[in-house]
Amino acid sequence: MIKIKNLSVEVSGRTILKDIQLDIPKGQILVLFGPNGSGKTTLIRSIMGFSGYQIHRGEVLFKGKNLLALSLEERVRLGLGIMYQHPPKIRGVKLHQIARHLCKDENKIRELAERLDLKDHLDRDINLDFSGGEMKRSELFQLILQDADFLLLDEPESGVDLENISLMGKALNDFLGQKEKSALIITHTGHILDYLKAERGCVLMDGKLWCMGDPKEIFQNIRTLGYEHCKVCHERK
Amino acid sequence: MKENKLNQQVNSEDTEIVTSSGMDLGEKERAGSFFQQDNEIRFTRSLLNGVDILGTQEALKQYPEFREYLGKNFRLLGKAYPQDTEGGYFIRVKKGQTVALPVQTCLFLKARGFNQKVHNLIIVEEGAKVYLITGCSASKAAHEAFHLGISEFFLQKNSYLNFTMIHSWKEDISVKPMSIAVLDEGATFISNYVCLKPVKEIVMYPTAILRGQGARASFNSLILSHPGSLQDIGSRVVCQAENTQAEIISRAVSLGGKIIARGHLKAENKNTKAHLECHGLILSEKGCISAIPELETDYRDVDLSHEAAIGKIRKEEIDYLCARGFSEEQAQSVIIRGFMDVDILGLPELLRKEIDELEQKTLKGSL
Repeated sequence: MIKIKNLSVEVSGRTILKDIQLDIPKGQILVLFGPNGSGKTTLIRSIMGFSGYQIHRGEVLFKGKNLLALSLEERVRLGLGIMYQHPPKIRGVKLHQIARHLCKDENKIRELAERLDLKDHLDRDINLDFSGGEMKRSELFQLILQDADFLLLDEPESGVDLENISLMGKALNDFLGQKEKSALIITHTGHILDYLKAERGCVLMDGKLWCMGDPKEIFQNIRTLGYEHCKVCHERK
Repeated sequence: MKENKLNQQVNSEDTEIVTSSGMDLGEKERAGSFFQQDNEIRFTRSLLNGVDILGTQEALKQYPEFREYLGKNFRLLGKAYPQDTEGGYFIRVKKGQTVALPVQTCLFLKARGFNQKVHNLIIVEEGAKVYLITGCSASKAAHEAFHLGISEFFLQKNSYLNFTMIHSWKEDISVKPMSIAVLDEGATFISNYVCLKPVKEIVMYPTAILRGQGARASFNSLILSHPGSLQDIGSRVVCQAENTQAEIISRAVSLGGKIIARGHLKAENKNTKAHLECHGLILSEKGCISAIPELETDYRDVDLSHEAAIGKIRKEEIDYLCARGFSEEQAQSVIIRGFMDVDILGLPELLRKEIDELEQKTLKGSL
């Protein structure tokens, strides 16, 4: 579904990503680990097409199309969707307004809002005075309504309590599983892995991908040996 | 002078303009109406016994006991006011009356170069509650006309007045409203101001004096400034009595015009609380917004605060909406409309809906 070839990205003149190679087929979930500042968010935001990320080199193919030649709006139309780590607060713009733009089926909006405990948030200004958990549920809510084919999830569980991680994890798993969606998920805590059938994981450090394998195994190694071990392990291989 | 239908008093070519200032010409959801064109009062009607709606001069003839109210608030503050007014409305809501539907008034400019000068008196007696919507607009023919509106509000003990003024002028009209409200104990005054159409110049600085304990005033404004317009618009609240509260909130968007958003909160007694908030968006290189907040007190036990922010639309907000499938143009429009959210106005549902529709229509045409 998505193929990334030799992708190098600069932000404010500094190279953040170096020669990234990645292939995520249809129906597959790839989990991205990495220390803070390693370039995980840059990778996700570059794929999405946000401004401020200069593609120095490389290619990103999505559904066979050259993604880098498309605007953000066109990428969304093609089926890319993103869940923000820190979404902006926009005064006067209601969650319901965005939901209606994403999905014409009012019943579906209501049912999903109920499931994600967001009924009372529909008429509120987007993200304004939302708690961390509410923001993440609202992000997931929008992403499911968008019915994107490829999901870019930037720390979906950060700032969310365990009960809500379970609520979100189940909703996300149902969505991904039902329709053979693909996803690239950044996680630090690994909690979301308890709910998803993720086959592959990799580590991004110093702007490079270091390892590819079973995500639960990688996560366990990071917990016990730290990220530095990934480099050693990689070199050994 | 008084025909029995309001819509017969408005020339057909002016209907749309008058309606755009919030007037319901069918009077279906209104408790009463007043319509003045230039200096001619063409319609007054109250649909409730507890509410008097008349021209000011006629009212003062009928009720001589209210003559002392003319200029009373200006005398209280030692301020001069123009005496050469003609017309204006007198609205009195009698003690204990709750008026569920809004009362509407319209001050309309029709003749080329006309100088309309009106003096309005609004008296809300003890325990009464009323919503008042005032639309000010100008006919296409009213080139280079001028409007001066003096308004004096008297809010007696525990009364409530929700006053919404919609200015719907055009690029060659100059406007100068002068308003003073005096609030007695426990009274509440909510003043909403909406100005979305072009205008040559507006200078106004309405003032509320909270002289009774527990009184509360809030001024909320939504201002859109078109190229060539100057809008020098402020609000002032003086918390004279203990336990009074005030709030001034403004949202200003410049499409190329100049906006001066002033605000002055003065605490003259202890245990008073007041907040001033001004947010501005500049959407054109030629646009200009100055936010001038003033907080003033000699007392320690007060809580006065202000926040102001002016700038362009944040790219991050546009990107966010684009990531939700909006085009960049749609995203900008959604953000601007959201910024001018009618929810900041303290409106009842009926008026909220009406004004939201008016605003959406105007913004759609302007952006």
